Amino acid sequence: MYQYDQFDHTLVSERVAQFRDQVNRRLSGALSEDEFKPLRLMNGLYLQLHAYMLRVAVPYGVLSARQMRKLAHIARRYDKGYGHFTTRQNIQYNWPRLAEVPDILEELAAVEMHAIQTSGNTIRNTTADPFAGVAADEIADPRIYAELIRQWSTLHPEFSFLPRKFKIAITGAPRDRAAIKVHDIGIAMRRDANGNPGFEIWVGGGQGRTPVIAKRIRDFLPEPDLLSYVEAILRVYNQFGRRDNIYKARIKILVNDLGIDAFADAVETEWRAIRDGALRLPETEIARIAAHFAPPDYESVPALSVDFAKHPLAAPEFVQWVRSNTAAHKQPGYSIVTISLKPEGGIPGDATAAQMEAVADLAEVFGYGEIRVTKEQNLVLPDVKQFELHALWEALKRHDLATANVGLLTDIIACPGLDYCNLANARSIPIAQHISRRFANLKKLHDIGSLTLNISGCINACGHHHVGNIGILGVDKKGTEFYQVTLGGDAGTDAALGDIVGPAFAEDAIVDAVETIVNTYLEIRQDGERFIDTYRRAGLAPFKETLYGAR
Amino acid sequence: MALVKQGRIVDDPWTKVSEGVTPPAAGAILVPYALWERQRESLLTRNGPIGIALAGDHPPALIEADLARFELIALEFPTFKDGRAYSQARLLRERYGFTGELRATGDVLRDQFLFLHRCGFDAFEVTATGGAADWEAALSEISVAYQPGTDDRTPASVLRQSQPAA
Amino acid sequence: MTLHAVTANRLLDGEVVYLTPARKWSALLDDCCVVADADAGTDLLAAGARAVQDWLIVDPYLFAIEIEDGRISPLSRREIIRAAGPSVRPDLGRQTVQPEPVWE
Repeated sequence: MYQYDQFDHTLVSERVAQFRDQVNRRLSGALSEDEFKPLRLMNGLYLQLHAYMLRVAVPYGVLSARQMRKLAHIARRYDKGYGHFTTRQNIQYNWPRLAEVPDILEELAAVEMHAIQTSGNTIRNTTADPFAGVAADEIADPRIYAELIRQWSTLHPEFSFLPRKFKIAITGAPRDRAAIKVHDIGIAMRRDANGNPGFEIWVGGGQGRTPVIAKRIRDFLPEPDLLSYVEAILRVYNQFGRRDNIYKARIKILVNDLGIDAFADAVETEWRAIRDGALRLPETEIARIAAHFAPPDYESVPALSVDFAKHPLAAPEFVQWVRSNTAAHKQPGYSIVTISLKPEGGIPGDATAAQMEAVADLAEVFGYGEIRVTKEQNLVLPDVKQFELHALWEALKRHDLATANVGLLTDIIACPGLDYCNLANARSIPIAQHISRRFANLKKLHDIGSLTLNISGCINACGHHHVGNIGILGVDKKGTEFYQVTLGGDAGTDAALGDIVGPAFAEDAIVDAVETIVNTYLEIRQDGERFIDTYRRAGLAPFKETLYGAR
Repeated sequence: MALVKQGRIVDDPWTKVSEGVTPPAAGAILVPYALWERQRESLLTRNGPIGIALAGDHPPALIEADLARFELIALEFPTFKDGRAYSQARLLRERYGFTGELRATGDVLRDQFLFLHRCGFDAFEVTATGGAADWEAALSEISVAYQPGTDDRTPASVLRQSQPAA
Repeated sequence: MTLHAVTANRLLDGEVVYLTPARKWSALLDDCCVVADADAGTDLLAAGARAVQDWLIVDPYLFAIEIEDGRISPLSRREIIRAAGPSVRPDLGRQTVQPEPVWE
């Protein structure tokens, strides 16, 4: 993974000192809250319901064991013993004290971490495929380009006061595990006829109040042009994005208002003026960054047969875990392991300091010290030898990290909701917990198969409910929490926004509604169809019928 | 209001002319774009330097043809959160080659000095009296630039090329 | 008319606080100053604005409460959660935390 050099170290240290000075000026009254708020947001510090909330950047979801240990230490020393992994691959702490945040940032800087631009109207963390560098289906490693974008976008003097937040995602595989089509800029790695890497560029996707699937703006952008092209898009957005209404300020609105052709023209015109300038990436620079992501010194181990887990003496729970929580690695004999942070009845994405430390240790014992954070709020150990999977599973079980539900119904993605968040209208976590308990039976869970369920506590959609196969949006009706269901969303390559199924459900009815939906699917599915396949074939009607028909 | 240039508070030799007001016959005047648009011919016959003030929705291309006539361009920040002027400034400097004074006006705060400088601003109207003293501090707070700007900082990626690989 | 009180977050640590009759700020809901009319509400908000100026708190606002059996409770779910802590972590939050001293 990327290692800081003197320039990176200097920048984060100076940033800490700058913020420390800003906090001191705030606490002495020299800065008003109005003046201070954008500054603290640019360092990822929100004020939420109960306390401040600090969002620490995990660039494109990659962490070292050492960094994970520091995150655990911060949870213990400065917070209440836990952290929350988010739908943008970051980590959030819910109880830091303003006066101590500069110290937290200093501790983070010591392990090459920061909270720069994880909030505010800036370019945020560029997210990427959590299986980057190891996925069997990978075209090119997106982390290299995510790191280039990270540096280019950090403290960018022209783009620090955008009309609104700006989110970029990049996938390196044909199967999109980064949800690029619901991002402001989505990037898909491609190769041209000569095998040279380049990018397919999408623009104007997003969720929130007005969910939109991105439009393709460029079929193939050559590698050296990445930063100049992205700069051109940002320059057009910064000048012409709406600033009169925060609900109409994202780039998706501008793309929609201009139309993709006119928008693309504006970008191409700007880009032609700068493409051969200082932002053109020399081969040496790409190679320098790429060297940080060279594969580890893999041991030569035999690939186990596909059915290796179905040993006659293997515990059925282990077989289930292998089926749901492991994925194909490009290196023979290795697997990619997803650690579920969704135990039965648990809070999705939360991890205790002890669990974080356990994961750090396991990353070193069972891998090369690297961990990934997924947008599904889980963790990944990217390089596990297949013959060690059983030992790893045993170890994960001891820390309640081995629930065999990755990619299944109880692998629920949920925003913090009204239990934590200032913006929320309804609680989301208790609903996740109810559903998790109702469907705890693993055999049944595996029979239901691949299904994404996302819950948001308000229309801002931080739980990404629009792209869940089943999406749940919490709303407030005259002081009571209700839950509206959408079906048929998809965050991947065939990205789609869910359809509203009908009137919202009360808190005591929503879990039954989910069960009805699942049972309907089980009844009408054909030939190995996943939930989303059945929905695409049969449409909303059968579900509307079973949910509301009897009324 | 204080005008800060090169880290010092300086006198402002420019007279701001509002819309609908007859500009003085001589001396340096700063006119809003709307006035320039309407009275361009008569302003061109005037004796004295001309400056122009652009709002955030005035693309710099609007004044490209006349750029050489202006010794001052003022870009307005109605609120410091409105970042359009950063792009306007870079385009004026880097695309259109403007070499006169580029002034940030309106809601200009110390914590934006570095960004403003890196985008090509060289004059700042500030309300806080500490503006000038803060200038040096603000500019030296972050010494590393990851990306090229209008200023003369060499981006880290370029500095790295002359270093042995780590 | 509905009863109201004023709440805010403490600048230093983000703690939820309530304005007391003595115009101080307490972490305990029970300490809050209850008002029944618009003028009194405006008075409380003025005290809040002064505390903001004194860089003590941020974002003060009025919220509706009711009093039942002598116990003060907020009317909205949001303020119930602010007063009690996250509903999904009863081990954290204010039920179990030692009450903070009254803040000037």
